[in-house]
Amino acid sequence: MEKTPAIELKNITKTFGAKVIANKNVCLTANHGEILSILGENGSGKTTLMNMISGIYFPDEGQIFINGEEVMIASPKDAFAYKIGMIHQHFKLVDVFSATENIVLGLKEKGKFNLKAAEQKVEEICHKYGFEVDLKKKIYTMSVSEKQTVEIIKVLYRGADILILDEPTAVLTPQETQKLFAVLRRMRDDGKCIIIITHKLHEVLSLSDRVSVLRKGEYVGTVNTCETTESQLTEMMVGKKMELNIDRSEPKNMEDRLEVQHISCVNRQGATVLDDVSFTARSGEILGIAGIAGSGQRELLEAIAGLQYLTQGDIYYHNPKTGETDDLRNKTPLQIRELGVRLSFVPEDRLGMGLVGNMDIVDNMMLRSYRKGKSAFLERKKPKDLAEKIIADLEVVTPGADTPVRRLSGGNVQKVLVGREIASSPTVLMAAYPVRGLDINSSYLIYNLLNQQKEKGVAVIFVGEDLDVLLELCDRIMVIGSGRITGMVDARTATKEEIGLLMTKTASVEESAEGGSDNG
Amino acid sequence: MDMWNIFVAFISSSIPLGIPLLYGSTGEILTEKSGHLNLGIPGIMYVGAISGVIGSFLYEMSCGNVKENMVPALAILIPLLCCIIGSVLMGLIYSFLTVTLRANQNVTGLALTTFGIGIGNFFGGSLTKLVDTDLPNIILTKTSDFFCVELPFADKLGWFGQIFLSHDFLTYTAIIIALVVSFVLNRTRVGLNLRAVGENPATADAAGINVTRYKYLATSIGSAIAGLGGLQYVMAYASGVWSNNAFGDRGWMAIALVIFALWKPTMAIVGSFLFGALCNVYNYVHHFFRLGHTANRELFNLLPYIVTLLVLIITSMRKKREHQPPQSLGLSYFREER
Repeated sequence: MEKTPAIELKNITKTFGAKVIANKNVCLTANHGEILSILGENGSGKTTLMNMISGIYFPDEGQIFINGEEVMIASPKDAFAYKIGMIHQHFKLVDVFSATENIVLGLKEKGKFNLKAAEQKVEEICHKYGFEVDLKKKIYTMSVSEKQTVEIIKVLYRGADILILDEPTAVLTPQETQKLFAVLRRMRDDGKCIIIITHKLHEVLSLSDRVSVLRKGEYVGTVNTCETTESQLTEMMVGKKMELNIDRSEPKNMEDRLEVQHISCVNRQGATVLDDVSFTARSGEILGIAGIAGSGQRELLEAIAGLQYLTQGDIYYHNPKTGETDDLRNKTPLQIRELGVRLSFVPEDRLGMGLVGNMDIVDNMMLRSYRKGKSAFLERKKPKDLAEKIIADLEVVTPGADTPVRRLSGGNVQKVLVGREIASSPTVLMAAYPVRGLDINSSYLIYNLLNQQKEKGVAVIFVGEDLDVLLELCDRIMVIGSGRITGMVDARTATKEEIGLLMTKTASVEESAEGGSDNG
Repeated sequence: MDMWNIFVAFISSSIPLGIPLLYGSTGEILTEKSGHLNLGIPGIMYVGAISGVIGSFLYEMSCGNVKENMVPALAILIPLLCCIIGSVLMGLIYSFLTVTLRANQNVTGLALTTFGIGIGNFFGGSLTKLVDTDLPNIILTKTSDFFCVELPFADKLGWFGQIFLSHDFLTYTAIIIALVVSFVLNRTRVGLNLRAVGENPATADAAGINVTRYKYLATSIGSAIAGLGGLQYVMAYASGVWSNNAFGDRGWMAIALVIFALWKPTMAIVGSFLFGALCNVYNYVHHFFRLGHTANRELFNLLPYIVTLLVLIITSMRKKREHQPPQSLGLSYFREER
């Protein structure tokens, strides 16, 4: 079948301020009835490029052609007019609205405003592509995958022919991802042009027809998926051949460091989020935690860090220096630190819980050290040295140590956070999704850092979503489902399928209910 | 007077007391739904009141201060229009500063309140100089008479007429406006879009809604509605007598009422009558209770403020998601923010 170009970009350039060049002379073409992947590392300008197509940004230079005609996309409204729909990485949904309300938002349909009629029309779309979602449900009660479904229906309802998905699988379970892919393929067969932005190579290979690669804002090339390989794509993406294996050393001198016994806790709504969780984290090993997103991983780490109130159970810390055992149950983070427990925590929400976005790197270092010293004045020299050391060692791309961290890209923010947490030479290091949204280079840098810590004898707890990585990086993997521990496996012998089964084991009741409203 | 008559008089006189609050809070609800916390409402109500006063003062002067020369329609329309123009101008200042220049909303609002009260007192003090009297007040009883025409049968229907039919037309307008705003917010496409702007402007923007226009319109219309509250106070409640600072802190109570009303105009109707009654207790309490020393009565002036405090404390404990303020209330929106 001869494919006609749906959208063509020619020599697109966009800069932010004088220094940051987000896109430079980018040219690419996407056809009707095909899935095009845009592959690139973080900060390579994928999202900026797509934002220009959807009218959020306006390009400084270059032309955009839609169905062969040159167009100006000055606002999201124009983008709709050209039937372009974008599904953002951070969903653009109003939390207190129902699914239907979100779907019809901003439309200027003729006639009386009628939610019921709109609902029927939405249902037709759901039926056509096989979405299943409760249209009356409020967004804030939905799972991530349901929200994504609403986003996709929203652009389809507006008659989008060109769909752009920004890292659609970053927050989905493997099962949800498969469902999403099935829907996307159905839309492709319907003649729609689908562009997905991603850096997960295996997804690119399994889903897309063609791949366009961006590197540092520049267009590298486009290849047909069936003619390419993972290593070729990686090379295009990072510019040099990369060793993609993680060095996993045998754990040495293992001692019990952290003993979690029968802990439970409830969330603000009174629902049980952790139910009788027990495990032991040992020094010199990486304990992986696998599970469907929102199964209690966050609460578990927060409980250890002293941020959750436990309704039952104890957390014992075996101090390697004094040989004493302390109970950390329901102690504040400060009390825990005063006990001499050296606990480092890399939370899931980097700029929310980990760092202060408006403060520069030095000030963020001081969040950990401001209590040190006896003088009434702050000691700035050491944090400044530390900041500079992190910038140099971890190759943080930033104009300087005095740049607010929110101006850095996701990967660099994470490097600053992990760097700071490691610098306090912890005995327990907890990291929740430390590579979420990071490109391959940064991800491996983080993995190596975790490995180094393990070799130093730190008890590392790693919450991850990519099972391949968990299997390659960790020594043991604990699987959590609906707040319960459903299994503990040896990462060297376990298989993905085995873990996948454990992930859904006790969650089976919820999974079937949730699965009903997933992407079909 | 027997107790029943006093009670009817109490209720009947409480209603107009609550009306400025209803105007203020309806206007503020509309503004807040667009994500803008307009603390300039008290000042805007002052400006609305004084603009109306200036309009009707000049009209009365041009008619030689003779009631028979005045055309009823003009006597009502001129102050009304002046009031709306004055308060919309204030709303536009606020929108320009907070929407276009993205100034801090709290600071802008407070400045606007100070400014508005200043304008009110300046013209309130200088208008009388035009007519060479030494009276501290501007007295517009003739205009007020036109505003305060009772509904027919009000005096023939006993207590029912006194409570429900004996008020000025701005009182009924306030309730109608609140109901209309409620309908627009909840049942129309415009309302859905406006709520989206206040909840999540980035989402609204991506959905093709003109965020800036919605913010400007909501703020300006909200200001106009709030300004009418000032006019109602002077023309109906105060019988056309303007005295400096008499309006007091009703504007602030209107803002507190927004929280009490959970951002729902229909709740604001209930709330404003409740607060009107609370303000009125002071005037009637000696009929119901033996208070001893007259100073004890003064304590009842505290009542609305104590209840406001309680309301703020109780409502801040509320957790349900639908009862929260619009999510991006108080935040400026800039599309290309990274």
